[in-house]
Amino acid sequence: MTDAVLQTSGISKSFGALRASRDISIDLKPGEIHAIIGPNGAGKSTLIGQICGTLRPDAGSVRLLGKDVTHQPTRARARAGLGRTFQISSLAMEDTVLQNVLLGALGASGRPWRFFTNVVKDTSLRETAEEALDRVGLLDQARMRTAELSHGQRRQLEVAVALTQKPKALVMDEPMAGMGSEGSKLLTGFLDQLRHEAPILLVEHDMDAVFSLADRISVLVYGEVIATGTVDEIRANAAVKEAYLGDEA
Amino acid sequence: MIRERYLNALTLALFVAIPFWAITADEPFTITLMTRAVVFAIAAVGLNIALGLGGLVSLGHAVFFGLGGYAMGILAYHAQNYTPLTEWPFLIEGTKSMPVIWLVAVVVSALAALVIGILSLRTAGVYFIMITLAFGQMFFFFAISWAEYGGEDGLSIYVRNGFPGLNTLDPIQFYGLCLGLLCLVLLFAWRLSGSPFGLALNAARQVPVRVETAGLDPVRLKLVAFVVSGAITGLAGALFADLNRFVSPTMFSWQTSGEIMIFIIIGGVGRLFGPVIGALVFVALEHWLGALSDFWHIYLGLLLLVIVLFGKGGLIGMLCGREAVHD
Repeated sequence: MTDAVLQTSGISKSFGALRASRDISIDLKPGEIHAIIGPNGAGKSTLIGQICGTLRPDAGSVRLLGKDVTHQPTRARARAGLGRTFQISSLAMEDTVLQNVLLGALGASGRPWRFFTNVVKDTSLRETAEEALDRVGLLDQARMRTAELSHGQRRQLEVAVALTQKPKALVMDEPMAGMGSEGSKLLTGFLDQLRHEAPILLVEHDMDAVFSLADRISVLVYGEVIATGTVDEIRANAAVKEAYLGDEA
Repeated sequence: MIRERYLNALTLALFVAIPFWAITADEPFTITLMTRAVVFAIAAVGLNIALGLGGLVSLGHAVFFGLGGYAMGILAYHAQNYTPLTEWPFLIEGTKSMPVIWLVAVVVSALAALVIGILSLRTAGVYFIMITLAFGQMFFFFAISWAEYGGEDGLSIYVRNGFPGLNTLDPIQFYGLCLGLLCLVLLFAWRLSGSPFGLALNAARQVPVRVETAGLDPVRLKLVAFVVSGAITGLAGALFADLNRFVSPTMFSWQTSGEIMIFIIIGGVGRLFGPVIGALVFVALEHWLGALSDFWHIYLGLLLLVIVLFGKGGLIGMLCGREAVHD
């Protein structure tokens, strides 16, 4: 068995009486897409927060590339190779599309303390930035203001910013949310290729996308992983059917 | 709509043409007024780096303006009395040299900004405003009670400090010196906004979580911006003291902080020339409306209301529309 790129061991998190994460142990192996599904309020966002470093677990640990990062802040995890896309687009709306990807490239370069050089004319940053835009098909929009992009294009830009960081693992929070069927079909194809570059922990409500992409699925209900397995195993799982999938599957 | 760069060029042209006219028309007071506008503009360009780029609403920039002023006041006071600042642990004497005074003003302001920034940036929003305001008041009351340097009465410096090769007592030469510094500071602010640091700071204002996810520390970016910002405002304070040949605790007052912010709001927050246009308009209003009525601040208030309600980007926003996308 290959070593996990990303791994949580028994992480728990409570908000007062609400136990949002209960002893969650999941992992992400090289080359795979591991989908996390669950009804609203199941604790998916809390789980992502703990993996990415915005929330600190009450117990348990998070390991990235074999190293314990439980007590490291978000930016340290990012520098170590953890890429992330947000459920609600978190982009600098006043800036251009290019500036947003440049920010990702700048973060990856780790050299923001330059006060006099022109960032747009920095060849190495710009190459990384434009390559990422090209891959998601936004190169023609590079000089547009981000606020002028359509919802779907903003989702693509989210992915592009994550790509500039050359991530070793990706955490994607509902990348398909609010996209048209055409858009999510394109993105599905893109993620399918991307898994070979960086494995993806995918939180998604779009079940078509999940079932066509995921190598493994974990089902989260009331802060607890009730099942982990391949698509077929999850479809066949009685507990999952009862808790979540209902007649859909 | 006028293009912003033409408006900027026109503003700079005014800063050259008006004093030129003042010499030929023998109106030295106009030169003093213009120097006042230039010095205010430098202070506000400084604040604009924190406020416009970093989104840090600091109501405590009078601290740096005042520190710059007192750096000049204290050094020049000891030089004119031929007394040393201190003899222990080693002898430090006063000075009448502007470059040395500027250096001290910038370094002291930067250090103060570092300490205030580290403490204030633990908070955000209204709390940040209140903490910076509180620091301003601390320095204000400290200056009032510091009897050795004039306390409430402040310090008078009888002869303007010197700059190598210039006669600073000649109003136009001192004006030229200040204008030169303003141009340098503007050049710095312009390069900064297009630099990697500027890009990251700009994003840290809008979406700190994104900056953090990119592997950078938004708080540290804002802290550096605050220090740079304070240092520039400190430089302006030293010039302001030299313009008036007088320093007093008023430089530390929260009204001073408010005025520096008002320059930016009048001109346009985050716009390169916003502070410059704002300071010019403010000084003009202060002069003309001040001659009409002691209560000229009422009219200033009305102007501010109109600008804030109807033109979000200040005068530049009203004349030029939104900021063009950077190349």
